[in-house]
Amino acid sequence: MAAMAVGLAALVAGCIGQPAFAALTIEITGGAATQIPVAIVPFAHEAGGARSVSGVIAADLARTGQFKLVDSSGVTPPPHHAAEVHYSDWASRGADALVIGHVDPSPNGALTVTFRLLDVGSQASLASLSYTINPSLLRVTAHEIADVIYQKLTGIRGAFDTRIAYVSQQGKRFQLMVADADGYGGRPIVTSLEPIISPAWSPHGNRMAYVSFEKGHPIVYVQSLNTGRRYVLAGFRGDNSAPAWSPGGHRLAVVLSKDGNSQIYIINADGTGLKRLTRSDGIDTEPKWSPDGRFIVFTSDRGGSPQIYRIPADGGAATRLTFEGNYNVSPSFRPDGRAFAFIHRSRGAFQVAVQHLASGQMQVLTHSRLDQSPSFAPNGTMILYATELGGRGVLAEVSSDGTTNEHLIAASGDIREPAWGPFPAHH
Amino acid sequence: MRNILLSAVLCGMLAACASTGPAHKAAVVDKSLNAPSAGAAQAQGVKNQGASGNPLTNPNSILSQRSIYFDYNSDAIKNRYRPLIEAHAKYLMDHSNASVVLQGNTDERGSAEYNLALGERRATSVKNVMTLLGVPASQISTVSFGAEKPKALCHNESCWKQNRRVDIVYQGEQGD
Repeated sequence: MAAMAVGLAALVAGCIGQPAFAALTIEITGGAATQIPVAIVPFAHEAGGARSVSGVIAADLARTGQFKLVDSSGVTPPPHHAAEVHYSDWASRGADALVIGHVDPSPNGALTVTFRLLDVGSQASLASLSYTINPSLLRVTAHEIADVIYQKLTGIRGAFDTRIAYVSQQGKRFQLMVADADGYGGRPIVTSLEPIISPAWSPHGNRMAYVSFEKGHPIVYVQSLNTGRRYVLAGFRGDNSAPAWSPGGHRLAVVLSKDGNSQIYIINADGTGLKRLTRSDGIDTEPKWSPDGRFIVFTSDRGGSPQIYRIPADGGAATRLTFEGNYNVSPSFRPDGRAFAFIHRSRGAFQVAVQHLASGQMQVLTHSRLDQSPSFAPNGTMILYATELGGRGVLAEVSSDGTTNEHLIAASGDIREPAWGPFPAHH
Repeated sequence: MRNILLSAVLCGMLAACASTGPAHKAAVVDKSLNAPSAGAAQAQGVKNQGASGNPLTNPNSILSQRSIYFDYNSDAIKNRYRPLIEAHAKYLMDHSNASVVLQGNTDERGSAEYNLALGERRATSVKNVMTLLGVPASQISTVSFGAEKPKALCHNESCWKQNRRVDIVYQGEQGD
């Protein structure tokens, strides 16, 4: 563990002062008990290094903890087409699967990226696809290829070609950023000299709700990611915060203090039809809709300490869900609705935990001290969160299945409030 | 628990206010009558008195103390802050054209949204004391910055305890 901490600190030191996209992720701990050994051969004619197509694919797969990357160096000539593969080379290296490919110029400055996924044991082709793209989409294409490979080898839909949002503070400047799931390609969608918190992706990923303090007190905005246009969703007296989209995207839950203490309300996405959902004399906040739309989980200290509760989305009695410890906050549903991630305080540390709804069983997933804002990848396999390292907020992710697998994700600035977006709409 | 503390604070303060209130109030009414507008009077009342010893900024006056600090995850006002809140309540009652924003803050740990609500509750907790002392609610507003505007920036208790706080900011002054 000490060695890991040193490695992490070194990575952070390396990130500071470099371009935002210069560093990728680093694996700091083990992985799944049974990792699939896969060899990824650098693609023919690709631009080199970790930014290459094959490099992005390898990094994507490695981050999940479900794969063991088999060294592909020293196989000469490196195969790029199925006919060039000597399966014995790869069997002797312990690879179960092999990824090969090539990048070729196409008319009008386009590129054609072709890859093939091969089963080393059966010598069968598991997938073979070709993408003709604008060169600016090379990384996106690499993520799409990684998604195909991931699905073929695990049976689970890949979530590499997705986006994340987070808030980055540099000096007095706050920026709400949207980036690829691996931290690259970050661009600001809001820049402000006042804090921004609680970004919430609409179900189709084309709009973002968030809380901005730019008017001196917290107000909820909804912004189009395509046009940049935005409107005030909730700007009542007092605090307006914690927006959460309904699964259909027509309504949001918000938290307002206009009637006294912070309580949860439901409001139409156009700002009409405000209706109060919770009535307690404590703090009710952080609503999140269940994926089937029937329930809302939220944080409340109505029982004395902040705990996670569940209430029918159309109102009714709230049920307490967490009982271990005296600080459980920031619930976020797993996409299948059967479990939720949250922040659990234990012995002074605030860590990411997961609890199953049916069994009530809780598992702490991280080993850090100041974790915040967990959210699931849309395929449920990983959890994105913010934590503190070397005096600043950093992005991190952890496997949601309890196998020890924590990573940093590259991002510049002091990072807080991450949120993993949905699957892209074009699939 | 909160209510018991509140009552204790109030008993002490009401007694103190009763004895000195009216005299101060008269002085301010005179000022605002001479001023061109209520808004200008307010700014004058807060800012321009500084040269001739504005008690709000005079370091020897308790009114220059503006921060009330809290325990972790608590909105209970500690006894040691009684005189401070008492003095500001008295000032507000004496200066009916002055108004304050109570800015609630928390340390960085845990949930940003829960902290936002906790900061609001801390500010409201101070407001409740002031209004029960007799300050008109119209002279007090509250805002929460949650954990978003820390005064101290390190990531341990030495900073966290400085950030669990309500600041009293008079209209016309620069807040955080």
